Amino acid sequence: MEKHSVIIYILIAILTTNLIRVVPMALIKGPIRNRFVRSFLYYVPYVTLAVMTFPDMILVTPTPLPGVLAFAAGIIAAWLRLGLFAVAAICCAIVYLLSMLFAG
Amino acid sequence: MKSTQRNMRRDILDGLHVGIPIAMAYFAVAFSLGIIAAKAGLTAPMGFVSSFFTRASAGEYGTYTLIAAHAAYAELVVMCLVINLRYMLMSAALSQKIAPGTSRWHRLLMAVCITDEVFGVSYAHPGYTPPAYTYSAALISSLFWALGCALGIVAGNILPQQMVTALSMALYGMFLGIIIPPARKDRNVLYALAASFVLSGLCAAAPVVSGLSSGTRIVVLTVLISAVAAWLKPVNTEADGEA
Repeated sequence: MEKHSVIIYILIAILTTNLIRVVPMALIKGPIRNRFVRSFLYYVPYVTLAVMTFPDMILVTPTPLPGVLAFAAGIIAAWLRLGLFAVAAICCAIVYLLSMLFAG
Repeated sequence: MKSTQRNMRRDILDGLHVGIPIAMAYFAVAFSLGIIAAKAGLTAPMGFVSSFFTRASAGEYGTYTLIAAHAAYAELVVMCLVINLRYMLMSAALSQKIAPGTSRWHRLLMAVCITDEVFGVSYAHPGYTPPAYTYSAALISSLFWALGCALGIVAGNILPQQMVTALSMALYGMFLGIIIPPARKDRNVLYALAASFVLSGLCAAAPVVSGLSSGTRIVVLTVLISAVAAWLKPVNTEADGEA
């Protein structure tokens, strides 16, 4: 087994991750005229965050139920525009309280 | 000149205003990330530097897992590319939100600031997004992200497991806080979100597809669903007029 350095791993991760961020910005000069591309880029952020949230949110908890409830409560709280911090706190609180309830 | 300075101060304060809730949630999430980083052999200062400059939840999670597994360097490069591919799409999207005439360095630095949430609030800024707004949101949230990771490395194992699991919900709650409010205003976003939740759930459960890594699933579904949404429901933008 060859020996790997943690520092080199970290440098690789930093370089690669930031390169990905910078390259499109460096290549795209003015506004994009193509309507399909504009529409595509409009939907990307919503879709990517949505697929990262579900089903991961219900897989993290030991049983799916607390995750499902936190997911539903998070959607309702966000729909009511409670703000990022409140929505995050509600999700954490639900999972914590349920785990206490069932562990106790 | 005076008025530009006043505007910039307002942009910085506005950026802090949206950045502080992100920073709080980041702190909690990074804390649980630090627990994994500790298992990979990172010290607290390493975790701080790594998190401050990488700022990628899923990407860092993958990185620390690979370090712990003594993976090849090339494997780490590929993993970082795939799992962070969405930043490429976000960078392209953000390029359209920067006022024409903004200097090249500001554009590149704004691109470096991209995380899911900093991109989210930058993209949600009405009109063109001022660089100072993105910088202050990114700086405050990155500091807490890095601090949380370092603290997680030092103290992570002290917290009970239930608390760590509960804290990990912060990340997802934050995502919901970003994507759900716009769905109230734009029905097409609502449909796209519903399709995303359903397809993502199916892909994670379906026999063959569920073997894919979550990074691959995220990239494939993002490209597929966004393309279909763009084809079925293209956006009308004032810049295009009727084009």
